[in-house]
Amino acid sequence: MHSDAFDRYHHGHSLIHDLDPRVKVVVTVGFILSNALLPDGGWTAFALAWMFVLTASLFSGLGFGFTFRRSFIALPFALAAITVLFSIPGKPVTSFQFLMWHFTITDAGLLRFVSIVIRSWLSVQMAILLVAVTEFPKIVHALRHLRVPAVLTVIISFLYRYLFVLADEVLRLLRARESRSARAAGRGAGGSVLWRARVTGNMAGQLFLRSYERSDRVYNAMLSRGYKGELMTIHPHHVHASDWLIVLLSFVCLVIMQVVGRMP
Amino acid sequence: MHYSPVALHIPDGFLSLAVSLICWAITAIVLAMAVSRTNKSLGEKQVPLMGIMAAFIFAAQMLNFPVAGGTSGHLLGGALAAIVLGPWAGMLVMTAVIAVQALLFQDGGLLVMGANILNMGLFTAMIGYGLYRGVSKASRTTKLAVAGFAAWLSVMGGALATALQLWLSGTSNLQTVTIAMLGVHALIGIGEALITVAALTFILQTRPDLLDETSASAQGGRGWVVAGVVISLAVVLLSPLASIHPDGLNRVAEDLGFIHTAQSGAGPLAGYSVPFFADASLSKIAAGAIGALVVLGLSILTGRSLQKKSQMSK
Repeated sequence: MHSDAFDRYHHGHSLIHDLDPRVKVVVTVGFILSNALLPDGGWTAFALAWMFVLTASLFSGLGFGFTFRRSFIALPFALAAITVLFSIPGKPVTSFQFLMWHFTITDAGLLRFVSIVIRSWLSVQMAILLVAVTEFPKIVHALRHLRVPAVLTVIISFLYRYLFVLADEVLRLLRARESRSARAAGRGAGGSVLWRARVTGNMAGQLFLRSYERSDRVYNAMLSRGYKGELMTIHPHHVHASDWLIVLLSFVCLVIMQVVGRMP
Repeated sequence: MHYSPVALHIPDGFLSLAVSLICWAITAIVLAMAVSRTNKSLGEKQVPLMGIMAAFIFAAQMLNFPVAGGTSGHLLGGALAAIVLGPWAGMLVMTAVIAVQALLFQDGGLLVMGANILNMGLFTAMIGYGLYRGVSKASRTTKLAVAGFAAWLSVMGGALATALQLWLSGTSNLQTVTIAMLGVHALIGIGEALITVAALTFILQTRPDLLDETSASAQGGRGWVVAGVVISLAVVLLSPLASIHPDGLNRVAEDLGFIHTAQSGAGPLAGYSVPFFADASLSKIAAGAIGALVVLGLSILTGRSLQKKSQMSK
């Protein structure tokens, strides 16, 4: 597997790509925070927030549709919010019969449900944009500068670095299982669910030992290359005046959204 | 590549700001303790080990086995990580996994990451490790059975915490979301328990030194047993309360004014004013405890049969 099989970074040079990663992380988190603060039914503010995402996409050279295409990933979770349609008291909009239950959708419930889904949808788009325009190691480095403990950022760096190596191990294990699971016509392959679970558990144990022993080799290799307990980078980050300008502009936009969202 | 998101990863937007921030605060405090402990007690060698173990958990979540009707079981890994690596390291490893899932795959949000880490990394480690640590001197069969039960309960604990957070945020109706989350995860938890027990059996047979008295997993204090038991009891007691008598919890939360704080900036929640039926809920709590005991019994039997089989195959 190629080392960037899991990467969501889209290479390019644009205003947004070249921003300091810290700026991008802070603005993304600020945007998601602002979405959480917007009141239910603040349609104009939601529209402004979407414009904010679209503008950022445009300046990143990825095009308007980029974040939109992948933005439905969080949608299945909307199932969790579906109960508010019926449980908030309000004017009935429509009602229907399902088996023995009678459901009434209220206007207040509908308002809350749609607001929750839109907030989530906007936040996910911004997060998609962040990883599309920032290389993952730079995000981790930015987190380190933003006072996330070194232990955590180093673990995350290792996770990212060795994920594809271990994913290759998983593929090998799965392939080995496939090649040993002959299937006769009319009879399913493998034993009971319990047996299959045990096989999978053995594979997990095997993967654990392989990972454990690999970590020994990795550590020795790192020592021989001068590892002193923290990862170094040859790309020091500098916050330029333009970065400050973007932060300022973004936060002005967020404040405007909040004000618009709270206007009657 | 097979990568299946789990229903436990809450996306941004589904928790209110207050609930998100409270969860972040709890998570940050626990993680700060974990970081300071790790910095003090572990050598620099442990850091690459934990990093690769985080990649292991991530990769192990791709291992799946067919259950029935096109669904498949797979590992979440919180309990396994804590049992094998010790509680603090297990928490840090799970935190890294959840952070990368959120950052790289948008599987789980950023503002709600505190809640996700709490549900899937911290509670799972406390339940998984705490219960396992309580029987660390017992026979191998008991240890494996308790590990299986702890793995199952850790998934249930994560599901219950998720349901409660959704309810406090005014996103879901308490009873519906609790029943749905617990129902689904009771099954997912069985897969988790089976894989965890089988993986531990495998490790005990091949590298018993990794799990013996001097290993990292034996280094947590007895306090973990208390934490594990307390949180497990909370899960066992609150689950039936929330799924069968939601009015009681609703009432308590309203009386304490907690709901209004939790939903700050969000819309109103359905106001429940039904009195709290203390006597009736007791029997349901007992039912929940009995259910948990049945699962424990089943996992002991499973552990036994797995052991017999593996002894026969030797």
